[in-house]
Amino acid sequence: MNTIVITTVTVTAFTGLLALLLTIADRTVANYGEKKLIINEDKEYIVDGGNTLLATLINEKIFIPSACGGKGTCGYCKVKVVEGGGPVLPTELPWLTKDELEESIRLSCQCKIKEDMKIEIPEELFNVREYEVRVESIEDMTPVIKKLRLRFKEGEEINFKPGQYIQLKAPKYEGNDEEVYRAYSIASPPSEKSYIDLIIGYVPNGIATTYVHKHLKVGDTVHINGPYGDFYYRDKYDNEMILVAVGTGMAPILSILYHMRDENIKRKARFYFGARTPEDLFLLDELRELEETLYDFKFIPTLSRALDEHNWTGERGRVNVLLDKHIKDPKDKEAYLCGSPAMIDTVVALLKEKGILEEDILYDKF
Amino acid sequence: MIELNPLVIFFAAIFTNNMIFSYFLGMCSFIAVSNEIPTSFGLGQAVTFVLTFTTILNYFIYHNILVPLNLEYLRFIVFIISIAAFVQLLEMIIERYFPNLYYALGIFLPLITVNCAILGVSLFMVIRQYTFLQSVGFAIGSGLGWTLAIVAMAGARKRIRNNKLLKGLEGPGITLIITGLMALAFVGFSGIVQIQ
Repeated sequence: MNTIVITTVTVTAFTGLLALLLTIADRTVANYGEKKLIINEDKEYIVDGGNTLLATLINEKIFIPSACGGKGTCGYCKVKVVEGGGPVLPTELPWLTKDELEESIRLSCQCKIKEDMKIEIPEELFNVREYEVRVESIEDMTPVIKKLRLRFKEGEEINFKPGQYIQLKAPKYEGNDEEVYRAYSIASPPSEKSYIDLIIGYVPNGIATTYVHKHLKVGDTVHINGPYGDFYYRDKYDNEMILVAVGTGMAPILSILYHMRDENIKRKARFYFGARTPEDLFLLDELRELEETLYDFKFIPTLSRALDEHNWTGERGRVNVLLDKHIKDPKDKEAYLCGSPAMIDTVVALLKEKGILEEDILYDKF
Repeated sequence: MIELNPLVIFFAAIFTNNMIFSYFLGMCSFIAVSNEIPTSFGLGQAVTFVLTFTTILNYFIYHNILVPLNLEYLRFIVFIISIAAFVQLLEMIIERYFPNLYYALGIFLPLITVNCAILGVSLFMVIRQYTFLQSVGFAIGSGLGWTLAIVAMAGARKRIRNNKLLKGLEGPGITLIITGLMALAFVGFSGIVQIQ
């Protein structure tokens, strides 16, 4: 009995003493006082020093894309630190290219605020927020593609540019013991601010896609943050738009098309969409309807593996073959591409060869 | 127990009684961080640094607090707490006052709190009844031995990076097997010096 009491008292006293010591150290040694954080030259925040830049920005409700939650393992949370970042840490080096190092890009989850700091972040990130949304509907588009409608809470809304994406959090579930964020393009019109649609394909063993396809039910609550991305509709031209997508890459293109419909934009647009078989085509009614309502829009699907029994009368072959055939004159054309890296690389090379300027080719690889 | 020269203990701790290859202590960070040679070396330095200081600290805690109070049996929990607190404190101090040192070691410190080699050295020190100088020699030697082991492993892993492996063996699997093979080599050193 005596031993138990002595043990408890000693350990408590010892732990308490060390805790006290650490608290004092935290208040004195690790207290860097208030620091000035200037973002994009014009916004000034007074923040507590000593924390990481990422954590501090989140505190100020500015969300930098980050998939790993500040562990330094995803390399997404890059920001430009103009002044006051200290030396680049070894934990950041694997994620930064030579060019980025020269431009003083840092990983905000590793870089701590120890002095007044000046940083630059894309203006759009001020719009980024975290949302808790409800799954309103899940529709099968094809056997491996689902369309999700996520409804925002009463009074909440999202402002995004057509073509941008959000990050969806896949929680832990049976067979998956880590939370991950995955990026999905928004497929719904920007004018609808109270919900978003996502088009999500099933990837075998994909953590987030398995969650969406096998576990998610209507009525569930999910967490998203966004919007992100510099792939969005540019309204500086009124020239012809070449839209190219394969598979779920249709999502951001749809959002762009809805935007053109809602804003009554009178531009010529051609949407080249690649799939394997007729079963892989989806939302055909929507697209036919857009052909009717938009000023000058045509949806041109092409199938790479159409068999005789499919009775396919449309275009055949891969999407780059189709583009090669259709694009004659490169003048005044702007291209928006979304799909797999392999498709994007081939198509970008083809379009450049055709004479379309690099700055007029926008793409979103996934 | 014969009086051993601290230098003998120092060398023994590096080669014949290596923390990794003889006792398999500190394996978690050994496996997780042995991907790149520079990173491994940084972690090794940090382990050596922390080992030396915690062993000295625990030596005084044990001999000046626990022994007089007849509380030797509490050494496990007390050592764990003192190491954890010390590493935290150390991190705060070097982050604030020694930016260059923080740059080199600081980021590894949180990883070390849970490194069992650190606790192992403090406990061996007690079990083997080392004197103060012997403890210091043992601590520095163990740290260098650990560094040697992790840098060697990082070198080996660099070589096999592009080789095809069975899926189940990738990463930690093959690392454990290599550790085993290296340990066999280190068994060759055993018996040269007796340090306990």
